[in-house]
Amino acid sequence: MTKPFATVVDIAADIASGKTSAVEVLEQHLARITERESDIHAFNLVTTEQARATAQQVDADIKAGKPVGPLAGVPVALKDNMCTRGIETTCSSKILEGWKPPYDATVVTRLQQAGAVMVGKTNLDEFAMGSSTENSAFGPTKNPLDTSRVPGGSSGGSAAAVAAGFAAASLGSDTGGSIRQPASLCGLVGVKPTYGLVSRQGIVAFASSLDQVGPFTHTVADAALMMEVIGGHDPLDSTSLSQPMPSLTSVLGQGVKGMRIGRLADMPDGCEPEVLARMDAAYAALQAAGATIVDISLPSLSYCLTAYYLVAPAEASSNLARYDGVRYGLRVETGDLHSMYGATRAAGFGAEVKRRIMLGTYALSAGYFDAYYGKALKVRRLIANDFAAAYEKCDVILTPTSPTVAFPLGDKTSDPLTMYLCDIFTIPTNLAGHAAMSVPFGTGAYNMPVGVQVLAPALGEQTLFRVAAELERAS
Amino acid sequence: MSNASSAPQHSSDLPNGWEMVVGLEVHVELDTKTKLFSASPNHFGDEPNTNIDPVTLGLPGALPVLNKHAVELAIRLGLALNCTVQPSTFHRKNYFYQDMPKAYQISQYDQPINIDGYMMLPGDVRIGIERAHLEEDTGKSTHIGGTSGRIHGSDYSLVDFNRAGVPLVEIVSRPDIRNSDQARQYVAELRSILLAVGASDAKMEEGSMRCDVNVSVRKPGAPFGTRCEIKNVNSIRAVGKAIDYEARRQIDVLESGGTIRQETRHWDDGEGRTHTLRTKEDADDYRYFLEPDLVLLDPDQEWIESIRASLPMLPAARRAQLAALTGANKESESVYVIVERGQDDYVSAVAQAGGDAARALVYVQQAFAEEGATPKVAASDIATLTQMERDAKVTATQAKTILSEMVANGGGDPVAIAAAKGFEALDTSAVEAMVDAAIAQQADAWAKYCAGEEKAMGALVGAIMKASQGKADGKVVTAILQARRAK
Amino acid sequence: MSTPSSGSSPARITSEVVAKVAKLSSLHLSDAELALMTSQLSGMLDHFADIDKLDLSNVEPLAQPFPLKNVFREDVVVAGLDRDEVLAAAPAAEDGRFRVPPSLGLGEQ
Repeated sequence: MTKPFATVVDIAADIASGKTSAVEVLEQHLARITERESDIHAFNLVTTEQARATAQQVDADIKAGKPVGPLAGVPVALKDNMCTRGIETTCSSKILEGWKPPYDATVVTRLQQAGAVMVGKTNLDEFAMGSSTENSAFGPTKNPLDTSRVPGGSSGGSAAAVAAGFAAASLGSDTGGSIRQPASLCGLVGVKPTYGLVSRQGIVAFASSLDQVGPFTHTVADAALMMEVIGGHDPLDSTSLSQPMPSLTSVLGQGVKGMRIGRLADMPDGCEPEVLARMDAAYAALQAAGATIVDISLPSLSYCLTAYYLVAPAEASSNLARYDGVRYGLRVETGDLHSMYGATRAAGFGAEVKRRIMLGTYALSAGYFDAYYGKALKVRRLIANDFAAAYEKCDVILTPTSPTVAFPLGDKTSDPLTMYLCDIFTIPTNLAGHAAMSVPFGTGAYNMPVGVQVLAPALGEQTLFRVAAELERAS
Repeated sequence: MSNASSAPQHSSDLPNGWEMVVGLEVHVELDTKTKLFSASPNHFGDEPNTNIDPVTLGLPGALPVLNKHAVELAIRLGLALNCTVQPSTFHRKNYFYQDMPKAYQISQYDQPINIDGYMMLPGDVRIGIERAHLEEDTGKSTHIGGTSGRIHGSDYSLVDFNRAGVPLVEIVSRPDIRNSDQARQYVAELRSILLAVGASDAKMEEGSMRCDVNVSVRKPGAPFGTRCEIKNVNSIRAVGKAIDYEARRQIDVLESGGTIRQETRHWDDGEGRTHTLRTKEDADDYRYFLEPDLVLLDPDQEWIESIRASLPMLPAARRAQLAALTGANKESESVYVIVERGQDDYVSAVAQAGGDAARALVYVQQAFAEEGATPKVAASDIATLTQMERDAKVTATQAKTILSEMVANGGGDPVAIAAAKGFEALDTSAVEAMVDAAIAQQADAWAKYCAGEEKAMGALVGAIMKASQGKADGKVVTAILQARRAK
Repeated sequence: MSTPSSGSSPARITSEVVAKVAKLSSLHLSDAELALMTSQLSGMLDHFADIDKLDLSNVEPLAQPFPLKNVFREDVVVAGLDRDEVLAAAPAAEDGRFRVPPSLGLGEQ
């Protein structure tokens, strides 16, 4: 399948070989931003001037014969919950509007060292809480493939930026599906790495035990290259894994012959028939490539939503307590300290963030801890056990990424629970901490893209990428 | 410190058979170079907000990473307090306050690093240590305007986060303390242990050691009464005063038919009384949960044993050793003082050099208060001086004069100083001659003395000392006079 | 984790409890917001009661994906942040420090 825009791999190769320049590539992307950004609203901030300076530096380095990084001159966009030194980082929240971090996230530093050119900070559901990017304090992002529809969320701006050709790749964060679901809805590859494979240092926390950073790209090879740049141990993140980053670009051609592909025997209700049809096609394609299909079951799957919507808000209620108007961000002046807290947080947070703070505080509070948070952690153990049992029988599991294709703006905003159901397939991996990615696999209803989700055990990225590459070849 | 070193005096005996039950929670700042979870300096007294970083300020995206040296110091302290070191975890204690940057404190909760220790106090009193756990310190607020910088009625506050994130160990005693003397002894001994193991500089005046006191009262054998927690007790003296005040306050309330409310009280050192800070009705709900940004702390046995092997001899053992060497009581003030100053090795060196250990103990206690653990005066010279006094080559008074000069000059040969000052040994026969001369000259006094009027001896001794120009040893003179009378 | 609850979901959430939770969360809610929040939280908690039918008595909680241990940093100072840059981003600062309104009541913990 031909991609509408140049890939990371091609751009990097063409700039390194002198076939084109970083400035030229950047200007093509900036031109597309100028043309369509006002319709799409992928960005909270476009960093045109800094991007031009970086691109010029890359070109100067290449001209001078200096060694350059694997992403030299590649335009990338960053979800606006990643700290960028001196550049506004808002989490699409009024409470952080105008805040310029005095430090860079580890992934930002790694992209810079690889020579990437940051074009801007992308829109998200406020503090990454949502599945449609409609919860942004600065207005929703539209799906570039159909601007009446959502791009998914919470990393909807990062997905839209790549889908619209504003950047060759972008980074998102995935707490319960916030990379994979928008990747699926925008026809992109999206990776949720094994928990601890990519540093969280400098990523504004939503739910610390679930959050992971990963890339959006047009191709599996691009995603592999991005992962190799951002992944690997970081001493500034205590939960960072010590294992070396596995090579991913080198395994893409290895195929799936002999691999055992798990298929859910008890598929939850609610999937669009076109989505299920694409799943059947995906199994068939992998079988044709030499894999065997094995039926597996995840008996606790249906309880994951509850576990997630108790664990994530509980951690979030604590992580978001620091927005108190004392050291940075918004302050609503009142007579005394505690009323200042209440007024500042009431004015600074949107409805969904408030709901989750309330839910999480409740789940942790005296008298309710065991019934909610404590119980949710036990369900989390159950799903981890389910996966362990399933991976005795198979190497990867295939599911839909999202039960539906991209839905119209406003479709699910009135009932929070309906929105939460978007995450039914993506949440379990976050609870277990495993690796997962979404690969575009044709289209469904309304000719919108359908993504297939590949799940692999912890540190199973090489297997994951082999399967993803095979699906890409077959699509 | 000396007030804590003598045996219990029961200055805090309570009326009508009431007994107090006291437990202490002591916070100590660990003597690390950096903070518990980040690489900013842990340093007291710097310009406000100069020791800050993303973690200290709770900036979005900042993550904690545990300081290994802080863990090592916590283990050192735990082992010195006879604790068991166990696998431990960190929790978040959630509450909003201006000096708490993340709106949660990272602290050890249900799995602390050190548990089940004890400390021995004079009189073989054993005080249990429930736990000694790691946590981070808060920032510091200054209240501006209103009356006298107090929090109530202030116009606004200014916050400095230099102290935020400084590593603390909180040492929680069991409610085994029964009077304010024991409480003061406990704090003093804890301070000595902290200094000995190098865990903290334990300066109460700088806040690197802070005490919260839990006090209740009961009739002996009765169940524990309702307790009050007293904060802001910032000196060992204040610990004693606050406990005595609070126990008597509670007894007054109970004896006048009232009941004690469980509450947090504030010690006002100026007024010498406690005030209600907040009551239990404001019940805190800290929503403790496991800190997801940190991992299990599970020191391996090898590490623990290497720390144990590196511990210095602790104050109690050093006091016992010094007492054995000098013949003094191990609970005597001089033994406490010398060990606290770290001068016990010096006393031991004097003895090694052939000196009289008991005299050395007295010399060092009296003359070396301003010196550190290694006084400038050579131990061998002090040894010589003790010998001179023991052998009556100089009198006790002369020895004191020589010692003062040696300390003032940072050393010196006591023999030479004695010679230069004309201190010389008067042998016993010379003293006997002077005694006989005095008896002859002061016949009246002699007669009274022989008649049993002891006071009359003073005139005789005075005359002899005058005649000897102070070189006669008073003890020798007295002995000779007594011998003459007995004949 | 002081809780009187045996583990089964408590009764339906009331607006009094929601008000208490809002206070714990330092979120000022208007009466209308409180009412809406109560109804939305109730709906969610009803849905979340699905896990009540699971027998979890012999299940260990899982708070973090992997059982890592003993992750340390050495006790070495690294240059921190510039005070002026940080205070410039603060809502209010004075005399090298962050300025906040006076606290009524609740003191240091």
